[in-house]
Amino acid sequence: MATRAEILAGLAEILEEVAGVNPDDVSEEKSFTDDLDVDSLSMVEVVVAAEEKFGVKIPDNEVQNLKTVGDAVSYIEANH
Amino acid sequence: MSNVDVVVTGLGATTPLGGDVASTWDAMLAGRSGVGHLTQEWAQQLTVRIGAQLKVDPSEVIERVRMRRLDRSEAIALIAAKQAWADSGLAEADLDKERLAVSFGSGIGGATTLLDQDDLLEASGQRKVSPHTVPMLMPNGPAAWVGIELQARAGVHAMASACATGAEAMSLGLDIIRSGRADVVVAGGTEAVMHPLPYAGFANMRAMSTRNDEPEKASRPWDKGRDGFVFGEGAGAIVLERADHAKARGARVYARLAGAGITSDGFDIVQPDPECKGGIRAMTKAIRDAGLTGADIAHVNAHATSTPAGDMGEIIGIKAAIGTHPVITSTKSMSGHLLGAAGALESIATILAIRDSVVPPTINLDDPDDKLDLDVAAHKARQLHIPAAMNNSFGFGGHNVALVFTRV
Repeated sequence: MATRAEILAGLAEILEEVAGVNPDDVSEEKSFTDDLDVDSLSMVEVVVAAEEKFGVKIPDNEVQNLKTVGDAVSYIEANH
Repeated sequence: MSNVDVVVTGLGATTPLGGDVASTWDAMLAGRSGVGHLTQEWAQQLTVRIGAQLKVDPSEVIERVRMRRLDRSEAIALIAAKQAWADSGLAEADLDKERLAVSFGSGIGGATTLLDQDDLLEASGQRKVSPHTVPMLMPNGPAAWVGIELQARAGVHAMASACATGAEAMSLGLDIIRSGRADVVVAGGTEAVMHPLPYAGFANMRAMSTRNDEPEKASRPWDKGRDGFVFGEGAGAIVLERADHAKARGARVYARLAGAGITSDGFDIVQPDPECKGGIRAMTKAIRDAGLTGADIAHVNAHATSTPAGDMGEIIGIKAAIGTHPVITSTKSMSGHLLGAAGALESIATILAIRDSVVPPTINLDDPDDKLDLDVAAHKARQLHIPAAMNNSFGFGGHNVALVFTRV
């Protein structure tokens, strides 16, 4: 089981790879779209990469609830 | 003949000869070949293992995350267009973007994306297919990206006429400015499909040179030993501008795009008309559109791709439409055949030939075809004052485009 800190670090890695987000800018309170400038197509890539990395299923109807990085960390923590 | 003058104020290119226009032109004048061995694993089992690959990979110019969203043909279209835009000085000119259009095509489009994403689909299912797939493979993608980059709002056009695409883009740009729909058009062509499938397809048509041991000698237009074209990749872009608009802002002007002629053969899907009837009509139209006569055309940058069938028909055409006096060349002997970008790159070569009063060479013309009875700048660049010059492009499907550029 990954800790919240580990999940956060993993998401930061994905965000850098997919969307060019500086890992130092990634923290739980940040909004994917408003703060990190992740557009809708890149968000799809982030979700697919996160599913693979953490062995979790993130259905499309859940993705819309993942507004902040913290939302994603919580979802992955609860479901992986 | 139109009463609206259209001039060339910016040039951009990334080619097998160089990452920009200056290095590409230097290589052409020096007679260097951009053709080499293909070292990719996939090429080793093919009958054709040579090609003209980009001298500077787009990943060296465009940052990694942006490259993930661009087909290679889109990336190099952006590189060429941005160079041309910077070269034109329009970035500092406060241009009304509602008077800026884009005319940019590709012969094959985003086939590499299509094929690579299909591999992912087959191997791992839908979930692994990139959400960027459609905008990467759509044939209007390069034009659209250029339009977004430059914020062009007078229309973005993407034509597809195989190996005549780049030239047709110039012709459409000329029409757009003449019709008053825009003051400036960024026109160009792009092609980047270094992938086993197009290689296999062209190779099985027996259209490509198999001179695998001597890649630099493989592209040899009009030479008796020619055995097909050499597959190349690259992009070229030209800023076309209404002459009075360019003058008002004190722009540097390379040349005038004085006329264009487009015809279709209505003959065969891949074979050119052996008597070049469609080509003759295109050349004749272009000369008339420029308000000139054949006697005025001092130089022709020919389509001549180094295929046994195609090269000599064009010679018949040039003689019929222009005469026996022009000094001709095929820069494909050095660049390889850039397919949808060929007409753009060769327009640039034609423009620079006019500017510098020099015809770039046709290399590898060691043993000219017996029927070649025109003056070719063989082996070495030739000094020549050029008041007017023509660039020819012909494409699968029977597309013929001739462009006339003149000295200003």
